[in-house]
Amino acid sequence: MWSFIHKLGSPPWFYRFSGQLIRWLLPIAITTCCVGAIWGLLFAPPDFRQGNSYRIIFIHVPAAVVALAGYYALAFAGLASLVWKIKMADTAMRAIAPVGAALTFIALVTGAIWGKPTWGAWWVWDARITSMLILLFLYLGVVALFEAYDNKAAAAKACAVLSLVGTVNIPIIYKSVDWWYSLHQPASIKFTGESAIDASMLYPLLVNIAAFYALFAVVVVLNMRAELMSTHRRSAWLRDLVGRS
Amino acid sequence: MTDVNLERGYRRVLSGVNFTVAAGELWQLAGANGVGKTSLIRALAGLVKIGLEGEIVCNVSLLYQGHALALKPLLTAEENLQFHPSGGVSREREAINHALETVGLAGYETQPVNQLSAGQQRRVGLARLWLDDARLWLLDEPFTAIDVVGAALLESRITEHVADGGSVIFTSHQDSRFGEALQTLDLARYAP
Amino acid sequence: MPPNSAQYYSDQLRRHLRSGLRRPGDLLNPILFFLMVITLFPLGLGPSPEQLSALSAGLFWVVALLSNLTISGRLFAADYEDGSLEQLIMSPHSTALTALTEVAAHWLFSGVILAIVSPVFAAMLQMPTTAVGTLVVALLLGTLVLSLIGAIGAALTVGLHRGGTLLSLLVVPLYVPVLIFGVGAVNEAAQGRDPSSWLALLGALAAMGLVLAPVAMGVGIKIAVDR
Repeated sequence: MWSFIHKLGSPPWFYRFSGQLIRWLLPIAITTCCVGAIWGLLFAPPDFRQGNSYRIIFIHVPAAVVALAGYYALAFAGLASLVWKIKMADTAMRAIAPVGAALTFIALVTGAIWGKPTWGAWWVWDARITSMLILLFLYLGVVALFEAYDNKAAAAKACAVLSLVGTVNIPIIYKSVDWWYSLHQPASIKFTGESAIDASMLYPLLVNIAAFYALFAVVVVLNMRAELMSTHRRSAWLRDLVGRS
Repeated sequence: MTDVNLERGYRRVLSGVNFTVAAGELWQLAGANGVGKTSLIRALAGLVKIGLEGEIVCNVSLLYQGHALALKPLLTAEENLQFHPSGGVSREREAINHALETVGLAGYETQPVNQLSAGQQRRVGLARLWLDDARLWLLDEPFTAIDVVGAALLESRITEHVADGGSVIFTSHQDSRFGEALQTLDLARYAP
Repeated sequence: MPPNSAQYYSDQLRRHLRSGLRRPGDLLNPILFFLMVITLFPLGLGPSPEQLSALSAGLFWVVALLSNLTISGRLFAADYEDGSLEQLIMSPHSTALTALTEVAAHWLFSGVILAIVSPVFAAMLQMPTTAVGTLVVALLLGTLVLSLIGAIGAALTVGLHRGGTLLSLLVVPLYVPVLIFGVGAVNEAAQGRDPSSWLALLGALAAMGLVLAPVAMGVGIKIAVDR
């Protein structure tokens, strides 16, 4: 197990391994996306109250879930970089941050699109939406911090610290916002309508969540490969590998 | 140091540096601008860790002086030395006043540093060398931006320290001044 | 004789305190900022006492946050520029704790002063008098956490081009719990209820911050000096 992780830390090995990984991960991602999309859009029954407009949750919820998980992945990569000094972890962080930020943005926009026909407002300040917005700031902060440093090796360390600080704070921020808004809004208005979700909608939702995870992994790995190609473009091992394939 | 490679921001600057310093030695790190003198001496000081491969072993107390003097402009010369952030400077009033006298700043002890001229400020920074008991001195470009009197004081102080059994490593892109006692490490040898 | 640890930290604290006290006029800056912003609220929102009173807790804390944001940017900047940070790292003592002394001095000159003067501003915002005692305590705890959080951001962005805007982006999400707990405490007290659970939460944040923030600061400073 540890030797596997140790090997992943070496750029040539990672490049070869990720090439094979993509070969079977990409079809899985595409398949689950298609299955999820078709099932959710065509075969799942319309909602009792919301009719067909609820179907956007098949994008909104997976985006939100993977965005949050992505931040923890980011922080873990940061930990690997700071504590175990694995250089590939730096590349991983650099690859994850913009993807996570994009997913958070998608979650917010699809949330707004869902909100308008359902509750009549484009934007509502409830705990989840506000926390998603804050998550967007946390992601953008990492991206911006990375860009601001000239010395990219130092940038990676700074981003690692930042993502760890953010991770510690995410539960605190969510809980405090949740508590605060629950004091201010009577419980009769529930924005968490999908808490009692029917099985016929739950299964396509789960498929879509799996699809987004797979897609996330594919995009991040591809980003990392691109990063490696750019950094090591003069190395012999890269020319060999690319020349061969 | 053994087999040290140094990278700055993923770009290799120095390769395969092997270097030992013993007591009572005086070394100059030489080379053109940009070859990596400052990076190397900072690595020796322990300030540069990112991008450093290889082993650096240090058994003695260190003093590092870079271009910036760590002087708080609103504090007096005396206070700046007394509360020096390196933690190695003697706190005794008498010793501090004596040191300031030696560098030619007698009577300026209680002046806020921002009221001193640039040359005088440099000498306050210099006074540290009479107040610290570190064995190995790492000085980055100490002879730059210093006046003639200050340079002479510095030279004599360094010679004194080395004669006492201490060691000094300094960087300079100017011609050497110390004559035979000086050993030079030319960093162009270690270009990648 | 090099000083031992306790002497060293107290020396560094004295270094910052003395430096800060040499220009006493600078100490007024946070107060002036507060005063100017508070003057804008009745102008923008209308001078109705009931409205101001209801909003006073929230307004107060938002301005405290903004005030901290503007001054955090300079926290380690001076030491970075004059080379003190390098020397600090060279010392055999803990960088994290030394950074903490700097934050302590900074807090004494900003948050504590604000807490002491706050009853005046509270009266200007028509805050109910029952809340003022809680406000002072909450500000003491809350501004400490704000200074610690701001210091983490400052350590990570020191010496960067346009570090100030970046600092805001990094630090604002982390400020949110302080804002919520602080306003919660003051509002409870304003309505005559017991604010102690909110104050306890602020205290918990302060305790956590005192332990974790210096570590992050120390790493940030070392990265800053390294590049």
